Amino acid sequence: MPWFKKTKKPKPLRSDRARSTVPEGLWVKCQGCREIIYSKELARSLKICPKCGYHFRIEIEERIRLLLDKGFAELCSDLRPIDPLSFKDTKPYKDRLKAYQKRLGVPDAAFVLEGTMQGIPVILAAMNYRFMGGSMGSVVGEKIARAAEIATDRGIPLVVVSASGGARMQEGILSLMQMAKISAALNRLRQAGLPYISILTDPTTGGVTASFAMLGDINLAEPGALIGFAGPRVIEQTLRESLPEGFQRSEFLLEKGFLDMVVPRPELKAMVVRCLRHFTVRSIA
Amino acid sequence: MADENNFEAPLVDLRRRIEELEGYPEGSGHEAELDRLRGALDKKAREVFGKLTPWQTTLVARHFDRPYTLDYIDHLMEDWVEIHGDRSYADDPAIVGGLATFRGRSVAVIGHQKGRGTKERIFRNFGQPRPEGYRKALRIFKMAEKFNLPVLTLIDTPGAYPGIGAEERGQAEAIARNLIEMAALRVPIIVTVTGEGGSGGALALGVGNRVFMLEYSIYSVISPEGCAAILWKDQDRKAEAASALRLTASDLNRLGVIDAVIPEPIGGAHADHHAACQRVGDILEQALNELSEATAEELIAERHHKFSALGAFEER
Repeated sequence: MPWFKKTKKPKPLRSDRARSTVPEGLWVKCQGCREIIYSKELARSLKICPKCGYHFRIEIEERIRLLLDKGFAELCSDLRPIDPLSFKDTKPYKDRLKAYQKRLGVPDAAFVLEGTMQGIPVILAAMNYRFMGGSMGSVVGEKIARAAEIATDRGIPLVVVSASGGARMQEGILSLMQMAKISAALNRLRQAGLPYISILTDPTTGGVTASFAMLGDINLAEPGALIGFAGPRVIEQTLRESLPEGFQRSEFLLEKGFLDMVVPRPELKAMVVRCLRHFTVRSIA
Repeated sequence: MADENNFEAPLVDLRRRIEELEGYPEGSGHEAELDRLRGALDKKAREVFGKLTPWQTTLVARHFDRPYTLDYIDHLMEDWVEIHGDRSYADDPAIVGGLATFRGRSVAVIGHQKGRGTKERIFRNFGQPRPEGYRKALRIFKMAEKFNLPVLTLIDTPGAYPGIGAEERGQAEAIARNLIEMAALRVPIIVTVTGEGGSGGALALGVGNRVFMLEYSIYSVISPEGCAAILWKDQDRKAEAASALRLTASDLNRLGVIDAVIPEPIGGAHADHHAACQRVGDILEQALNELSEATAEELIAERHHKFSALGAFEER
């Protein structure tokens, strides 16, 4: 027999009365220092916490504007995903795709653009983590491979921004093969003596890290980004122990020798440009 | 009712009885019974293996008695010289590699190695390589290129090892490096998936001019268990995941990912190592003959072309 008993039914929530007068998303809690930040202030500071420098994830459109000069154009925009395996888990893959396409207004998780960075012509490929976790299926793979092929054919540098949980399970083995496809395309770029800058952002894991993201002439990452092959949960489950602080973060990879530098978001473009100038402007002896 | 995981039970029982009778001296009057049992085994094996589900195929691909890389080397190669170490950190026993004579040719052979018996299985880390393993493989690729030897790779791994040390030493970088260097290699590469083709850990030996799969091997972006845990939030839905992933040799052949399926002996490769190895040997020899005249540029272009074509999408 319980000590206490509810004798009255709980009052139903009154939907006719507004429960809160604070609009959604006006204040944001920083995941780095737990400070409460005014969201407009956060937007003004490139989504970096003004207190601790924590880098929030940013939208792909903002990412592109941050890196390219005004006047860029999208390439390969007519690629659309299909459902080659008729894959169905708790929901058919086709429906999942449609839901993301409707919500985000884009066909899949990557963009390819032609543009300039402080006047240097580049091909930029960028991944969209919001679209199915940035997972790499045939369209993402094809776009990044084509970005490399276009850069090779035009004789200009390639810049790729990664943000992805890895291969897209719903396209099965075809997703895995995108890793090989892109690597083969990057080999052509390399043979042509053209620069490839890989920018790793939070998070970059799985088959994306284990292919093009790690293959830049220069690999750079934003501070605090999760970067790894196996996801931290998989490792914890395998080893049945918790992981050390800072494991698989940008600074950790820099220390271990897999990144050339960790660059704060406001300096990213300038740093890429500095590297490209060294690679593309030949000094005269 | 046949248990889904225990589909081999009737075969095991028949094999045991045959073995028992074979132990008797000749002329002891058991020949007729032996013939009958052998006939029954053959019939039953055809029946069981004729209708394996994708999950059952996965279990066959992981069978403890399945031939591993060193078994193929044993059956098919002479003058085997094993090469050890990545020259920067360690030797990884989960990948074996070296030089050998295969049907009159010198070749480089590299493959995942699972162990037999608990002790060796642990020593081989269940065929899950660490970065050192992939870097050793890379060393052998480059050596093969230098001495103009064709490369044969044999794939059989649950996946690259997901451990702290492996991450610290750049598991992702090691796999990525192999993908681009295999794409660029100036000698023929022939890939055979013999057991489990576990994701990136398999693909890191998998960029070849030819890619073959044994009939009951699997090749997948993620294990059925992993897929079920992520998409269904329930590891026990692994059989469903195995079907959904299309990971069998015939699926991959249909998707155009591989060049051919190598038929296995009746009852699977584990039932007859010799026959399984010879079948792999025959297709490898044929592929080597086809590729022996190709120039380095043709080989690289062929690989580029082959992998560029993989993927399914619309363009509109």
